[in-house]
Amino acid sequence: MQDRFTPPFSGELLARYQKIRRELLAESTDFLDKRIAVLGGSTTHSVIQALDLFLLHHGIRCTFYESEYAQYWQDAMFPNRELEEFRPDVIYIHTSNRNITRCPLLADRPEEVDAMLEEEYGRFAAMWEHLAEQYGCPIIQNNFEYPDWRLMGNREASDIHGRVNYITRLNLLFAGYAQTHRNFYLNDLNYLSAQFGLERWSDPFFWHMYKYALSLPAIPYLAQSVANVVKSLYGKNKKALALDLDDTLWGGVVGDDGPENLQVGQETSMGQVYSEFQEYLKAHKQLGVILNVVSKNEPENAMAGLNRPDMTITPDDLVMIKANWEPKSRNLEDIAHALSLLPESFVFVDDNPAEREIVRRQLPGTAVPEMGERPEYFIRAIDRMGCFEVTELSADDGARHEMYRQNAARSRLESAFADYGEYLRSLEMRAEICPFSPMYFSRIAQLTNKSNQFNLTTRRFTQGEIQSMAEDSRYVTLYGRLADKFGDNGVVSVAAGEIRGDSLDIILWLMSCRVLKRDMEYAMMDQLVRRCRELGIRTLVGYYFPTAKNDMVREFYAGQGFTRISQEQDGSTVWRLDLENYEKKNHVITIESTEKE
Amino acid sequence: MSKSDIFEKLTGIFQDVFDDGDITISETTTAAEIDGWDSLTHITLLATVEEEFGVKFSMKAVQHLQNVGELAELIAEGLQ
Repeated sequence: MQDRFTPPFSGELLARYQKIRRELLAESTDFLDKRIAVLGGSTTHSVIQALDLFLLHHGIRCTFYESEYAQYWQDAMFPNRELEEFRPDVIYIHTSNRNITRCPLLADRPEEVDAMLEEEYGRFAAMWEHLAEQYGCPIIQNNFEYPDWRLMGNREASDIHGRVNYITRLNLLFAGYAQTHRNFYLNDLNYLSAQFGLERWSDPFFWHMYKYALSLPAIPYLAQSVANVVKSLYGKNKKALALDLDDTLWGGVVGDDGPENLQVGQETSMGQVYSEFQEYLKAHKQLGVILNVVSKNEPENAMAGLNRPDMTITPDDLVMIKANWEPKSRNLEDIAHALSLLPESFVFVDDNPAEREIVRRQLPGTAVPEMGERPEYFIRAIDRMGCFEVTELSADDGARHEMYRQNAARSRLESAFADYGEYLRSLEMRAEICPFSPMYFSRIAQLTNKSNQFNLTTRRFTQGEIQSMAEDSRYVTLYGRLADKFGDNGVVSVAAGEIRGDSLDIILWLMSCRVLKRDMEYAMMDQLVRRCRELGIRTLVGYYFPTAKNDMVREFYAGQGFTRISQEQDGSTVWRLDLENYEKKNHVITIESTEKE
Repeated sequence: MSKSDIFEKLTGIFQDVFDDGDITISETTTAAEIDGWDSLTHITLLATVEEEFGVKFSMKAVQHLQNVGELAELIAEGLQ
């Protein structure tokens, strides 16, 4: 199943759309339901079909709004009851260079070209602003592909009248808008078409036959790209790499050949291939991706290879190293468990097709790139999947590797203490627990979209919704940031409740699994209760909505002293806590500041 | 590829694109006889035929296609 959604894509995705769709729907019951409005500047029929399949593949089941042919601008700018009632979660604007109103003529003066550019950009920017105001949802906008012909040849790139130059300037203006506006994301048509091959992408046959701005064979690539942005917005990115060693990170088998004979480093061209691959993988640390090793090796051989002085990835870059003879699927599960991640958050990288097949079969959610036989193409095999598509970068991302390493240090300390309470006190934990503040809106929204396990209601919020809640006095909001003697974990817990008379409905309660069993949830509850008492609230009402992933918090409210008041057929439960007799539960975390507004 | 080979492969493509495993086609089948054969599915059909047979159609050639027999002829020409 996975191969169908791993490039290269075949026309099968469009030819067998209905059949593949039925198969995907039958594979799972645990879909995230979303509404996507596709506003097109050209035909969007097959674009929507392909997008539908890629999103289902990511576990997102969508209903679509499709604008009438090329009505993207009118649909966005004029009162549109159908779109308003559709209430889009995401708007995708599928425009192309066919939608550029006017291009410079050679006789135009420079200031006329500038004015033309401003007008074209202004037409789009006004639309984005209007959509943001009207719908407040994420907007995904294509930039422009290069033109299919060049009047002046190479001079098109440098001359202000050249369409290549003009499109490049427009694209930079679009990028500038994305840099300064939240909830606005570019879909890089310019890169996608270059990668696919501009001539095949802009095949005029498909434009003139049925006004497709790109050829049908190119559509799955477009859809994959848009789906990657959407799944990233909804927290479905991968978070970690599990890397094989022999013939993957380096050429040769360390146990047989000896570390000194491995192909890696700058001396040979094959060595350079592996070093470049390591550089590519290592760069992912900046995104907060966790690097791990899963290798069939004696541990000392694996370490001897990794400790070679010319190795780009060093043991310090790795959070977990599993070198043994157990099945790799089991090792990957162990790593996931130790890091409080799910196997489906991993990308498994191995040159051996048999190992890939085992992992694919045992851990269906894990991404397994088709590496192929040629190490010089390894980077492409991973890169073209878009497993780590970045939509928001938070300051925490770059520090995540360090956090997981600190966690590993914590667990070593843990085993040195007989009493768990004593261990917790030894961590010297400090927490900042305050109402949502602007500095953290992005991180809070990210957490609501990424957290699946320790999440009572699994409600997803955009940054805009987080901000509205923070500013609305009908809500009580709290974020929790936890630090200890090993380092700062950043914002790790979020709670929000809606005030109803003298009780508070807890609509959101989640915590990052990297701070499990640290009593942070008690510290959060203490502060929530404190805040509620100040507001004259007498009872808390908690909800647990079961999903495939949040079983660990089924009894969360029982542990917090709540009483269960009802249970539904689907396992949902409602809980109540009377605040009169509430006693402080956290005794191991120092609360540094509780109000900072 | 013989005419009957072309028709066999073509039948499979029709069954996929129109999502109906019972579809049968003949030389004289036209768009009007097949449920869902509109201009949008027509382009999917053409693109799928191009990919599956490894041929590339010209606009001129496909613009005035009257029936499946003419499509099969076009494929046979493309394969030569």
